[in-house]
Amino acid sequence: MILAFYPADWSPVCGDQMALYNEMLQYFRKFNAQLVGISVDGKWCHMSFSKDRGFHFPLLADFEPKGAVSKMYESYDEAVGESRRALYVLDEDGIIRWNHLSPVGINPGADGIMDALEEIDQRKNS
Amino acid sequence: MALRPPISDTDHIQGNPDAIIELVEYGDYQCPHCGRAYPIIKNIQKELGDKLKLVFRDFPLEKAHPQALMAAVASEAADNQGKFWDMHDMLFENQRRLNRSALVEYATTLSLDIVRFEQDLADETIAQKVKDEFYSGMRSGVNATPTFFINGEKYEGSWEGDDLLVYLLDRFA
Repeated sequence: MILAFYPADWSPVCGDQMALYNEMLQYFRKFNAQLVGISVDGKWCHMSFSKDRGFHFPLLADFEPKGAVSKMYESYDEAVGESRRALYVLDEDGIIRWNHLSPVGINPGADGIMDALEEIDQRKNS
Repeated sequence: MALRPPISDTDHIQGNPDAIIELVEYGDYQCPHCGRAYPIIKNIQKELGDKLKLVFRDFPLEKAHPQALMAAVASEAADNQGKFWDMHDMLFENQRRLNRSALVEYATTLSLDIVRFEQDLADETIAQKVKDEFYSGMRSGVNATPTFFINGEKYEGSWEGDDLLVYLLDRFA
């Protein structure tokens, strides 16, 4: 499972990041990995954003109570009231195997996620 | 982050092969930002002349840009007839029309062998080459288009206006 926390629907960096991940789904699938995007935007905002961009993965609304899941993953920015740009890769037992927090405005790409998935796969097969 | 794989003979290279500046662009023919970068890069080539070697690699975001993959395949098909850069320019200069009939039209304008071009357009191995380039770009840290690498290292600064030109002039003057 790949959890991608991000600050806001429609913002330029998030749009780029999610567009890349949308493209990456076929590669994530090879590792039997499911991606979910999470932000504090509400479900109607998510649905509209997802439809506009043609996303093929779910966006979860950490909307009420606001940021509750983001806080559990230490990925909430209290000052601006948004999720930070944080990535988590969990294995099949739900154990966090990798995480990454991007500086504000930086798109982390997908390379780190692929490294993590490869490592989990190797561990499983060794 | 570093570019992997490094530049090789299989890349599309324009300019002096021994230039001191090696600029790699990962681009998508249907991406409006790449369209804006196109004249900027042309100008950088003009200004830097022999000091610059330009390399173009494909990074089509197919889901966001449904015609990007086929456009990239068209550039590879043109490459098979020695006209990669002509098609590359043609595609960016006509970015709003990249459907199949438009691609064939551009190939006709470039005097390509159309039968061969259409065969290559449908060739899965060429499409796979483009997809492999996307994957290797992603592994090099490409996260959006256009992304530039200068002498093998990812360029994180702005490419807008004359920002990239000024950066290159400062660093390599």
